Amino acid sequence: MTIAGHFSYWITIFLAIAGLYIVIARGNLIKKLVGLGIFQTSVYLLYIVPGKLIGGTAPIIAEQYGLYSNPLPHVLILTAIVVGVATLALGLALVVRIREAYGSIEEDEILDLDKTPVFPNTATSKPA
Amino acid sequence: MIAQHFPILQVVLPLMAAPLMVLLRRGAPAWLLAVIVSWTGLFISLSLLAQVADGSVISYAIGSWPPPWGIEYRIDRVNAFVLVLVSLIAAVVVIYSRASVAAELPAHQHYLFYSLFALCLAGLLGIAATGDAFNLFVFLEISSLSSYALIALGRDRRALMASYQYLIMGTIGATFYIIGVGLLYLMTGTLNMADMAQRLAGVTEVRAVLAALAFITVGICLKLALFPLHLWLPNAYAYAPSAVTAFLAATATKVSVYVLLRFYYSIYGESAIFYALPMGQILLLLSLAAMFIASAIAIIQSDLKRLFAYSSVAQIGYITLGISFDSVTGLTGGIVHLFNHALTKGALFMLLGCFALRLGRIRFDNIGGIARVMPFTSFGIVLGGLSLIGAPGTAGFISKWYLVLAALESGQWWIALAIMLSSLLAVVYVWRFVEAAYFREPDAKTAQLKEAPLEMLVPALLMIAACFYFGLDTTLTVDGAARAAQTLLQGIR
Repeated sequence: MTIAGHFSYWITIFLAIAGLYIVIARGNLIKKLVGLGIFQTSVYLLYIVPGKLIGGTAPIIAEQYGLYSNPLPHVLILTAIVVGVATLALGLALVVRIREAYGSIEEDEILDLDKTPVFPNTATSKPA
Repeated sequence: MIAQHFPILQVVLPLMAAPLMVLLRRGAPAWLLAVIVSWTGLFISLSLLAQVADGSVISYAIGSWPPPWGIEYRIDRVNAFVLVLVSLIAAVVVIYSRASVAAELPAHQHYLFYSLFALCLAGLLGIAATGDAFNLFVFLEISSLSSYALIALGRDRRALMASYQYLIMGTIGATFYIIGVGLLYLMTGTLNMADMAQRLAGVTEVRAVLAALAFITVGICLKLALFPLHLWLPNAYAYAPSAVTAFLAATATKVSVYVLLRFYYSIYGESAIFYALPMGQILLLLSLAAMFIASAIAIIQSDLKRLFAYSSVAQIGYITLGISFDSVTGLTGGIVHLFNHALTKGALFMLLGCFALRLGRIRFDNIGGIARVMPFTSFGIVLGGLSLIGAPGTAGFISKWYLVLAALESGQWWIALAIMLSSLLAVVYVWRFVEAAYFREPDAKTAQLKEAPLEMLVPALLMIAACFYFGLDTTLTVDGAARAAQTLLQGIR
């Protein structure tokens, strides 16, 4: 098979690597989540693409329809999308809380802040 | 008959209880519900274990859709053992958590804590019970998402960053897993694990299947915190509320080990593909690295929760070491250690929670002489530490004994030596606690502290007692693990 024949797989692999690269290379917490989203989306493609048949219809069992696409990957990915949305929502909620606690969403600044003593007004680590 | 629905019931109960707790909006009734749900779960899992003890397999078709088309829940001797472990730890931790949570979290978050706890429990039980690879991913995410939120409940603001980092790494792990499952689905056309195992034997195009194995291994190893993929673990355990640390340390990584076993032996085991990659050697090297490097890092920690978190990474190394031997004895050792370490580490983190109740952060510089004022908690940690080291008479000794046996059986005596040497590193970090707690004078602040309340102390000390019980009477643990190991290796030998 040619490169053109595997076109959709190349897209998938490119998206996966690009997403993963953003997660690793960016220090901004929001951008990391964007990268994570791209990485997860590439997996949706990985599932959906092989299920599609050119010229195939929805799975209708009748005389005039001989060729149909596999419906299962769509259902699986619908679930995966829900999981992805939940992950993104939780991630964003955490970033909001991090911004409130540190006043920053840059990873290196936050790690620096934790090295220096905690200011009294933001201190949440006092003994019970 | 309700008993017929046991495989799904124990997953559904906490899953349904979680939204109910949010509706209750009160800490006390939510806690009561959590107690009922987790003790019912324990009862169900024990009865499941009794049912499959003779080697039979319970197959439950959800919605009466017959497998492999519908989702199948499949209970055999391996996952019944894991189910008992998870529900046992949950049942003990939930009793302990009331006082601990009341002290560590503001009152308006209590019901949310129990709700998340129930969700996490449902996810972990679901991972263990399901026989469907994609369903496993969904439960993996249910348990992971709830544990990210649980960790973020920690008092320290660093809990937020720890939770965020765990979210990033955990999601990458889960996505790797789902890529692997996707490739397997492409090659076999099924998601049912038993069906997949059969069809995999007939697959001739090996490359995609090997890629799937690699993706699944890396994904799950991120989840089970195999060195060097453990970076999320120390912070997550250190800054999470005490009850959360005790629960997650004892169950989350152990359930991931189960997933690895399931894929290696039940799915890949039946075909020769597994041996095309040097999986055993890779696991062996990483396990040894975990045992030595993580133990060494544990020694230099100044925060006790971090110390025992690194010790967890090291102990996971022992479990994967057992898997890497690829023999009945090795697997038995690995599975026994999975159980024993869950008990030991659960108990230790619960006792550390007793300290945290009185001290806040637990550092070596503020626990000087604490054994004078909190004698039971301190002695409990010493006893738990003995089990961690593997002193004879403790549960830890039994599992290390089987690992050493497996090493000698495979003719690699130097691994047996490495197991003993790395145990010496555990002696060092446990001794650091003994030295600080027993041989230093308490300062004025420490001298005023009181022993932890009984409802926290009793569950924790019962777990410590269990460590000793299972060190003397091994019929439940070793026999259960040996049978599980035989079931796993059936396909191969």
